[in-house]
Amino acid sequence: MGNEEEYLYTKDHEWVCFEDSIAFVGVADYAQNALGDITFIEFPEIGAEVEQFEQFASVESVKAASDIFSPISGKIIEANQDLASAPELINKSCYEKGWISKIDPSDLDEKDNLMTFEDYSKFLEGLDT
Amino acid sequence: MQLIFEKSVPERKGFQVPKSDVSMKATIPGAYIRKIDCLWPEVSELDVVRHFTRLSNLNYSLDANFYPLGSCTMKYNPKFTEKAASIKGFANLHPVLPQLDGSLVQGGLEVLFEMDQLLSEITGMDNFTMQPLAGAHGELTGVMLMAAYHRAKGNKKKYIIIPDSAHGTNPASATIAGYDIVSVPTDKNGVLSLKDFEAKITDELAGVMLTSPNTLGIFNSNIDKIADAVHKVDGLMYYDGANLNALLGRARPGDLGFDIVHINLHKTFATPHGGGGPGAGPVGVKKSLSKFLPISRVIKKDDHTYALDYNYPESIGYVAPFYGNFSVILKAYAYILMLGKEGLREISDHAVLNANYIMARLKKYYDLPFDRTCMHECVFSASKQEKNGVHANDIAKFLIDKGFHPPTVYFPLIVKEAIMIEPTETESKQEMDPFIEAMIEAAQLSESHPDQFKDFPKNTPVSRPDEVKAAKDIICNHFLKK
Amino acid sequence: MLKVIGAKSIDDLFLDIKSRHQPKSFNIPSGLSEFEVLERVRGIASKNDARLVSFLGAGFYDHYVPEAVTALTSRAEFYTAYTPYQPESSQGILQALYEYQSMIATLTNMDVVNASLYDGGTALYEAMMMAIRINRRKKIVMDGGVSPIYRKIIRSYTSNLDIEFKETPIVHGRADREAIKNILDDKTSAIILQNPNFFGSIDDHTDIIKQAHKLGILVIESVYPISLGILKTPGEMDADIVTGEGQSLGLSLNFGGPYLGFMATKEKYIRKMPGRIVGQTEDKNGRRCFVNTLQAREQHIRREKATSNICTNVALCAIQAAIFMSLLGKQGLKDLAQLNLDKAEFARKTLEKIEGVEVKRSSPTFNEFTICLPKKAKDVVEKMVQKGFAAGFPLSRYYPEMENYLLVAVTEKRTKDEIVLFANNLEGALCS
Repeated sequence: MGNEEEYLYTKDHEWVCFEDSIAFVGVADYAQNALGDITFIEFPEIGAEVEQFEQFASVESVKAASDIFSPISGKIIEANQDLASAPELINKSCYEKGWISKIDPSDLDEKDNLMTFEDYSKFLEGLDT
Repeated sequence: MQLIFEKSVPERKGFQVPKSDVSMKATIPGAYIRKIDCLWPEVSELDVVRHFTRLSNLNYSLDANFYPLGSCTMKYNPKFTEKAASIKGFANLHPVLPQLDGSLVQGGLEVLFEMDQLLSEITGMDNFTMQPLAGAHGELTGVMLMAAYHRAKGNKKKYIIIPDSAHGTNPASATIAGYDIVSVPTDKNGVLSLKDFEAKITDELAGVMLTSPNTLGIFNSNIDKIADAVHKVDGLMYYDGANLNALLGRARPGDLGFDIVHINLHKTFATPHGGGGPGAGPVGVKKSLSKFLPISRVIKKDDHTYALDYNYPESIGYVAPFYGNFSVILKAYAYILMLGKEGLREISDHAVLNANYIMARLKKYYDLPFDRTCMHECVFSASKQEKNGVHANDIAKFLIDKGFHPPTVYFPLIVKEAIMIEPTETESKQEMDPFIEAMIEAAQLSESHPDQFKDFPKNTPVSRPDEVKAAKDIICNHFLKK
Repeated sequence: MLKVIGAKSIDDLFLDIKSRHQPKSFNIPSGLSEFEVLERVRGIASKNDARLVSFLGAGFYDHYVPEAVTALTSRAEFYTAYTPYQPESSQGILQALYEYQSMIATLTNMDVVNASLYDGGTALYEAMMMAIRINRRKKIVMDGGVSPIYRKIIRSYTSNLDIEFKETPIVHGRADREAIKNILDDKTSAIILQNPNFFGSIDDHTDIIKQAHKLGILVIESVYPISLGILKTPGEMDADIVTGEGQSLGLSLNFGGPYLGFMATKEKYIRKMPGRIVGQTEDKNGRRCFVNTLQAREQHIRREKATSNICTNVALCAIQAAIFMSLLGKQGLKDLAQLNLDKAEFARKTLEKIEGVEVKRSSPTFNEFTICLPKKAKDVVEKMVQKGFAAGFPLSRYYPEMENYLLVAVTEKRTKDEIVLFANNLEGALCS
């Protein structure tokens, strides 16, 4: 983890990166910025199966709430417990310390449905205009 | 300011409970008795009076401040309606008295019956229920009526169309009543485009929830055509009455093709909002839906007496324990009697005139996303000011410092940095002009000294609260502090 | 103003409303002066009979409202304000609501309270929906002692939803443990109980709650606030969600409203709670202040995913209750509850002496109790009206099999003389 240029992205501004066949997922800088100061994360249940692009968590700020959709199908194996007491880690370090869940991916071919950093950057430029 | 609990002194009393006149000291077995004390404060009556009087002084209120809160219709609440509601024959009336003998509550039933008639005529509907206790409660009742209608006809309906400019209560109400939501976008003219709309219509459409004029303050001239398209698939048209103020005497939802309406008595009919409520949200329907209305209903018998009628087997049942927020209904009744036909018509005239006046004077200074004649409210965007780092909320805080309650900000959601201004008909040019000057000053200051905005407001009892802290370290009970 | 707008007439501003949209009729009487309206309303009010000596309750009680409550609630700074969206200019309302929340919390011994719901019935419905959100189960068990009015409200709201209801009977005036035990299972979301129940009986639900919790079932208690001056609290019983009708906390009967729905819960469920919540925080200068918090649960942010559709609540009624609770204070609540209990006990003993009247005493009661008459309660009640008494609530209205049963409430407002006179008249009504 740590190099967002190697991550894959969704159009809902989630990211996924893979370490030893385990997927780490989180929200991209654009999303944390749009939400503002994050105050709460509702985690998925450990052991739950999630489909690609299905809602699996949600984050709240003072003025907004946002559903988080999984970039990849699989089984939720861990939630980032540091976020329970320090949800602001998503604001401070969305690509590293602010990861939300670990997922055991069930279908790596799904990567084809995601954007590379380069594609995602272009996608963001399109949003700004 | 201190909390009332911090003023507490052991054994001090604010109210003397009368001495018992019965020679009996009843006891309850220990298993049923509380062991932990209730820690209500121990204060004198004067302590209580000072405390709450001082608290009241910390508020802006309609009686003291111009209050152009868009969508909320903060018009002046005439004082005599309070008097009407406090008349003893009403204030002390027990709600189950009619179960003992209907003749005991003829006055109460008369008010309910008369309001049914008046509101039906004002909105072009056939029957009203007074039960819903607020606007959103009316919406829920309305969607339940839709569901009952479709169930009775054997229709398989799944979803409700709601525009993206709608109040959040609309999708929330439709969802808890069991429907899916389909959102339709607002077009460049600030209304629903008929084409986009028609594309979303299928046989599974239960109905459509619209407010008219919409939350951008615009009346959609195609409204009747939309209604026709919805009726073709046996869908129902729901009118969110939040903005009825603009139409009084000029158009009636019933004539426009709406089948169900709710009215916010605390908006359109001037009952005070009480810092968040109580309100009242009576719901009116066309004849084909009358049989589904909540019970009880008030009927007028041949001998001109009134009675509660529960005999509607297809009714959706009870949505409130009794007859609605009766004293709110009574205030609105008094208000309507006072205004009468001409007075009601003048409401919309002046509400629309005032909003257009503010819009005309401010459009040089603020971006107007939909630059056209508005109805009772106008929606600006602080997008120009945002370029200098000044947001709609900063402008709101600036206005508070100037003694005005700010307009609604960040709603409707489809306008970035929205500033939604609804002056209402009860404000004069002399009251609006200083507000307009303050808005202009804010726009100018956002150019010259944008950095100053982060400090506003400075003249209020407290400055900007830390809302992030409030949401993270939740303290909402004095006795549960960490 | 028209000149600034650039319009010739007010009609020019209404061009979007086409001629085909114009009202088909607008047949409203002409306006009246303030004086004329008040005369008319007074005339209508005189058609009500508010002079009856009342023994009516059924969840709505004739308690005394201290004058200071009315005087303070009538301050326009409270009642002509809108929802406190701008905290800097609404600290009075926000602090008053925070104090209200704290007072209900200590009354019920629960952790957190919202800033009000419409009334006790809709609050109970909201509690049920909240339970379903928490454990995502679809079966609801309702005890037969829950107000039939509230049960009807809940049934109405859920008629279009996929929720399974079971109702358990009352035995000896109280919740039927055996029936409840048999019906609770791991599909049950919540059980709804009421204390004192609709018939006035007091219970300790601790055993039921313990059993429910073993199966992951939430327990919702509907309570009568004044009774908690004496009775074991829902918090002490470990209930999960508590609701009630706050009318008895300083609100007039008002022919059915506005009333005050309150809701309290455990801290762990706060994010599933509907309605506004006022929280304490600090301003930029470190001063204590109050804001609407956890708004991301609410409809204006979460729209169709909100915890409820509620927007307008009954903030003024909550403030009114806070004023009432402040005046009453810790000891006043105990005294008031005891006085209600004593007078009701006196009434019960007095009525018991009447031949043919049977007082149901299988369990203790607070200020309301059920009596069985030798005749139809409805007929007796009609006779009593002629004698100047609202004698109570005939239970046949909701329980057809209880034709002879009458629910009698006695608050602190009823004097000894009134109670004795009531008994004498009842005796007469039974003989004739």
